[in-house]
Amino acid sequence: MSIATEREAQAPDDIPPAITGRWSSLAKEVLGTPRVVVGLVIIGALVLMAWIGPLFSPWEFDERDFFAFRSPPSAEHWFGTNTTGRDVFHMTMVGLQRSIVIGLCAAVATTVVAAIVGAFAGYYLGPTDRVLMWITDLFLVLPQFLILAILYPVLRGSEWPVFVILLAGLMWMVTAKMVRGMTISLKEREYVLAARYMGVSSGRIILRHILPNMSSLLIVDITINVSGAIILETALSYFGFGVQPPDVTLGSLIAEGSRQALAFPWTFWFCTGLLILLVLAVNLVGDGLRDALDPHSRRRS
Amino acid sequence: MPTDAADTAAAPANPLLEVSDLRVHFRLPRAARRRARRAPDLPEEAAGIPRGDTVKAVDGVDLRIAHGETLGLVGESGCGKTTLGSAVMGVRPEARGHVRYRTAQGRVIDAAAPAPEDVAVYRREVRMVFQDPYASLNPRMTLLQIVGEPLRVLLGVTGSELEDRVAAILARVGLRPDHLRRYPHAFSGGERQRVGIARALVPGPRLVVADEAVSALDVSVRSQILNLLQDLQAEMGLTYLFVSHDLSVVEHVCDRVAVMYLGRVVELSPTAALFARPLHPYTEALISAVPVPDPRLRRRRPVGPPEAAGARRDRRERIRLRGDLPDPSAPPPGCPFHTRCRHATDRCAAEVPPLREIAPGRLAACHYAEELSLAGAP
Repeated sequence: MSIATEREAQAPDDIPPAITGRWSSLAKEVLGTPRVVVGLVIIGALVLMAWIGPLFSPWEFDERDFFAFRSPPSAEHWFGTNTTGRDVFHMTMVGLQRSIVIGLCAAVATTVVAAIVGAFAGYYLGPTDRVLMWITDLFLVLPQFLILAILYPVLRGSEWPVFVILLAGLMWMVTAKMVRGMTISLKEREYVLAARYMGVSSGRIILRHILPNMSSLLIVDITINVSGAIILETALSYFGFGVQPPDVTLGSLIAEGSRQALAFPWTFWFCTGLLILLVLAVNLVGDGLRDALDPHSRRRS
Repeated sequence: MPTDAADTAAAPANPLLEVSDLRVHFRLPRAARRRARRAPDLPEEAAGIPRGDTVKAVDGVDLRIAHGETLGLVGESGCGKTTLGSAVMGVRPEARGHVRYRTAQGRVIDAAAPAPEDVAVYRREVRMVFQDPYASLNPRMTLLQIVGEPLRVLLGVTGSELEDRVAAILARVGLRPDHLRRYPHAFSGGERQRVGIARALVPGPRLVVADEAVSALDVSVRSQILNLLQDLQAEMGLTYLFVSHDLSVVEHVCDRVAVMYLGRVVELSPTAALFARPLHPYTEALISAVPVPDPRLRRRRPVGPPEAAGARRDRRERIRLRGDLPDPSAPPPGCPFHTRCRHATDRCAAEVPPLREIAPGRLAACHYAEELSLAGAP
């Protein structure tokens, strides 16, 4: 057969078939998974509630009701009030906002750091790899709470973005190792060789040829890291290393509420319940995304 | 596509590319070296465990490629043909020796040790077509980005000129230029390989290294791609170094063929002569391994070499090579092929046969190249 005949064979499809982009077909598949839909709906509801809820609350964030200390939920105080007479509903909503924002930012920061460290280590190997992996291992083995206790006096009083960096600093290592492994296998692909043979710079090869080809993995990783970051943030705040008052997150609310969970359950259960709901929803989305993006794990779970 | 070059063959006077005494040796990782030292006399069956310190992937290769010809490079897996191809591309820092390339301006660049200002010229004029069309195109880039990348990186072309040139080359390799913004997953294997060829040709190269360029394709598509490569060669004045393990493909497209075994060239002949009457026992074994599609041909073929026609020896008896390719980190002494050669003598085990001219334009590295009468293709 000659080339001409093949060209003719191509001719009939003169109307180019609708180009279904990778992302739109993916979105279709993801949205076909009930878990993801449920997760997204819950997250959407929580986000709406966190940002719009306070607008309907008759109380301000740091306003105190001197006639209702530790009062149970009522028409006036939907989630009750705490020891100082502040409205638990408003505080919980603000805490939810903070937790969502911190969780998202920390997850993105974690994955970005991990992608950069892992890709450079895996691409260059040799001394670069040894140094970067040594640092990674160091971060992995250092006792995190000890470090936090040491850093606490320095960090105390700083804004929440500092806290995001701190969370990312505690979470990037495992993903970095995973990215390194993927990079080592991807760098042997012929399209990477082709780019190297034409003299494309290493940084550009990593950014254009290697990282985009693990984008699905990175997206799943971000999603899973969101719930990890929220939980870690809660744990840190619970132990007092987190966001400092008067700023609140779900973690600091849980810490405060847990001390009186039996006597005044509304100070504890609302924020805890929202935390569980949020993490559950994020995990549902993460699981569904992983199944949709990673053909190996599909239909196994 | 045989050209005049095929006749003057063995040593074209003014070659486009001259590889001389090229050696690519890889030092084994420390752990492997230690293991090798600890167990110096492993049994023959312990294949895969290197016994030396260094793998001599390419060990003293001399080749000359004339302008406009197609030189085939054949050999079994692990004989060093891909390493040789990548050394020609100038991406093997381990390479020793010379890879002298004559540029369009007549300057000579040694790809084994290029001057910094020559690197870009070399990358533009010597390009590669890869084996696997599914692995050689970045699935996250559009055709415009894939084919445009060499233009952008090597020539600094951007914008609408880039788009025009990419569209033109896509049309030339038989793809519709309005596919510019599609991703590789929308194309079949043959179409992808056309994209790979377009990517190689877009900066206007003169020498193209095709590393198993059709091996991963369906047989039906293979001939289309081979025809395309031949058309492009005639049209653009290309020279090919055609690396392949598939002798039937090599027979079809190449002017001359170099047969590699264990990092060395053991035979270098014009294609027709090589297939009609190989000079090296390894070449004979390779040719006999090519399946003959027509069973009648197999039966009717005259038996025995021409000078011993009455001997009734079936020429098409398949020569089965015993054992594996020897360990390239500890090649056998003497002729590297003597461990598997059915004509080997004591001399072969002791003395390395040089690559020498047996007939005009025909080189072989065998002590008995003149005496042996080896069977060619039917």
